Amino acid sequence: MLNWDLLSNALVSGVLLGGLYCAVAVGVTIAFGMLDIVNIAHPAFIMMGAFIAYFFNANYGVDPLVACIVAAPFAYIGGRLMYRLYYLAFERHGEESLQGLAFFFGLLFIIEVGLLLIFGVDYRFVEARYIGPGINIGFVSIPWRMLLPLIVGLLMVGGVALFNAKTFTGRAILAVSQDPGALRLVGGNPVKIKEIAFGISIATAIIAGALLIIIQPVEPSIGRDFIGRVFAICVLGGMTSLPGTVIAAMLLGIAETLTTTYLGPSWSPAISFGILLLTLGVRPAGILGR
Amino acid sequence: MSLHSTGNPAISEKRARLSARTIVPLVGMAIAIAIVFFGLDWVGTDYGYLAAYTVLQYVVLATAWNILGGYAGYVNFASAAFFAVGVYTSVIVYKTVQLPLIATIPLAAVAAGLLGLAVGYLTLRLRGTFFSIATLALSVVMNTLVVNWAFVGGSRGVYVLRPQNIDYFGPYTRYLCIVMLIMAIISVLIARAVERSWLGRGLAALKDDEIAAECAGVPALRLKLAATAISGALMGAAGAPFPFFVTYVDPATAFSLSIAVNTIAMPLIGGTSTWIGPVIGAVLLGSLQQIATVTISSALNLLIVGVLMVIFITLAPNGIVGLVQKIRERRT
Repeated sequence: MLNWDLLSNALVSGVLLGGLYCAVAVGVTIAFGMLDIVNIAHPAFIMMGAFIAYFFNANYGVDPLVACIVAAPFAYIGGRLMYRLYYLAFERHGEESLQGLAFFFGLLFIIEVGLLLIFGVDYRFVEARYIGPGINIGFVSIPWRMLLPLIVGLLMVGGVALFNAKTFTGRAILAVSQDPGALRLVGGNPVKIKEIAFGISIATAIIAGALLIIIQPVEPSIGRDFIGRVFAICVLGGMTSLPGTVIAAMLLGIAETLTTTYLGPSWSPAISFGILLLTLGVRPAGILGR
Repeated sequence: MSLHSTGNPAISEKRARLSARTIVPLVGMAIAIAIVFFGLDWVGTDYGYLAAYTVLQYVVLATAWNILGGYAGYVNFASAAFFAVGVYTSVIVYKTVQLPLIATIPLAAVAAGLLGLAVGYLTLRLRGTFFSIATLALSVVMNTLVVNWAFVGGSRGVYVLRPQNIDYFGPYTRYLCIVMLIMAIISVLIARAVERSWLGRGLAALKDDEIAAECAGVPALRLKLAATAISGALMGAAGAPFPFFVTYVDPATAFSLSIAVNTIAMPLIGGTSTWIGPVIGAVLLGSLQQIATVTISSALNLLIVGVLMVIFITLAPNGIVGLVQKIRERRT
C-alpha cells in the first residue's frame, strides 16, 4: 500500500532540493556546457561560498545569503583571473584536455584541504531567522530554509537566461561555444567573453554555497558529493540548455528524496552517478539537447 | 636494400643508444632496490619496511594510472575506487575462503579490471571529458556501496589478522614489502611493454588526434578499453595486500584522498610520456611524504602535493623527465 502522505512529502521536498541543485549546477552549465571548460573544482567553490557564509555569520552575525551576494563580485573577478591563467597555460596550446583537468583537480584539492586546515572537519551551520519555521499546506510541510534556496536558485537561472538573451555579452557567450571564429567577425573577443562567463560561473558557485549551508550543516569534504550531481544535471539537461538544467535539477532532487525516503539516506549519493551513466550510455545529448 | 636493415649505421647506432638508455636505468633501479633492501634488513626496524611499502605501492599506482592517463590522455580520477576494489576483494577473500595473499592479488586485479571495462564501455565512446567525470563520480558511488555493505564492515570498518612471521621471508611486513616490490617491477615492465607495443603506438595516435587515428584504422574503443582494463587491474592489484598492511580497513582509508591525489600528481610531476616518469614521481613524492608525515601534519602534506602538482602542470607540463630532456638538448 502506497503511503500518499509520505510520497507527496517526498515529491515536494524533491522539488525544493531541486531548487538548490539549480543554483549549484547553473555555473557548470555555463562553464562546462557553454564554454567547454571542465571545471571539476566547481563544487569546491561552492564549499568556499558555504564557508564564507559561515565565517561572516558566526563572527559578525551577517545573513549567510547577504554575505555571499556581497562576496559574489569578488568571486567574479577571481573567476576571470582564473580563466586567464587557464587560457594562458593550457587552452592557448590546445592542452586543455589532460592538463586542464588535472589543473582543476589540483585546485579542487587545494581548496578542500585549505578549508580543512582553516575550519577543521567539524560540521558547521549558520543561524538566521528563517531557519526553523515553515509553512504547512495540508499534510505537506515546507520549511523556509528549503523554500528560500528554491526561489534564489530559480532566480539565478532566470537571471543568467535573461542576461544571455538580452545583452551582447550574453549572446556572445552562447556564440563562443558554437563558433569562436564567427564571434570574432562580429567584433567579439572570444577569450574575453569566456573570461566574463567563467567569472559569472564562479560567482554563482559562491551564492550556491550560501544556499547549501542554509539547508544543511557543511564540512569541507562534502563538496565531493556534488561533483557527480552537478555534472549529472548538466549532461541530463542537455549541456547548454538552462531550462534543461532546471528540469534535470528537479528530476535529480526528486529521485534523491524518493531514494532517501524508501531506501535510506546512505544510498542517495549513488543516484546521481546512476543518472549520469545512464544518460551517457543511452542519450548523451540529454533531455533538451540538440 | 631496405632501410630497416641493420647495415644503416645511423639507425643501428640509434638503436644501440636507445637500448642503453633503457637498460641503464633498469640496472640502476635494481641496484638501488638491492641497496635499499639490504639497508632495511641491516637497520632491522619495521618502520623502514612500512615506508618502503608505501612508496612501492605508489610506484604501482602511478605506473598504472599512466598507462591510460599518460599514453592515451584519458584522465582517470577514480584510482582510489580501483584501489579500494582490490582492498575489498582481499577483505572478502579473507572473510570467506582465506586464500594466501599471492592468490588473492590476481583476483583483485580481475575485479578491478572488470570495473574498468564496465565504466569504460559506457563512457569511453564519448569525449574523454565524460570518462573523467564518470570516474570522479565512480569513487563516490563505490564508497556508498561499501558503506552500505555490512559484510565488508560497512562504515565501521573491518579488522584483518595477519601472521607475525612467514616462512622464508621473516617478519610479515618484510614479506609484504617484497610482494609490493615484485608488483612494482611487474607493473613497470607491463607499462614498458605497452609503451613499445602496437597498443602504446595506437594510444599515442589517439592522444594526438582521435578522429584522424580512427580514420587511419586504429580500433579506438578497443585500445582504450584494453588500456583502462590493464590500468584498473594494476590499481586493484596494488590494493590487495593493503588490508594486511594496515590490519584495519574502513571506507575512509580505502578511498582515501591521498591515494586519489598522489596517483595523479606523481605521473604528472615525474612526466607522463614514458614509463620512467611515474616511477621518478612516485619515488620522489612518496619518499618526501614519508619524511614529511613525521614532521608536519598529513593534511598540510597533501596540500603541498596539490600545490606542487598545479605548479608542475602549469609551468612544466612534461614533468621532471621533460625538464631533464630540455636541459640535455640545450647542452648539445
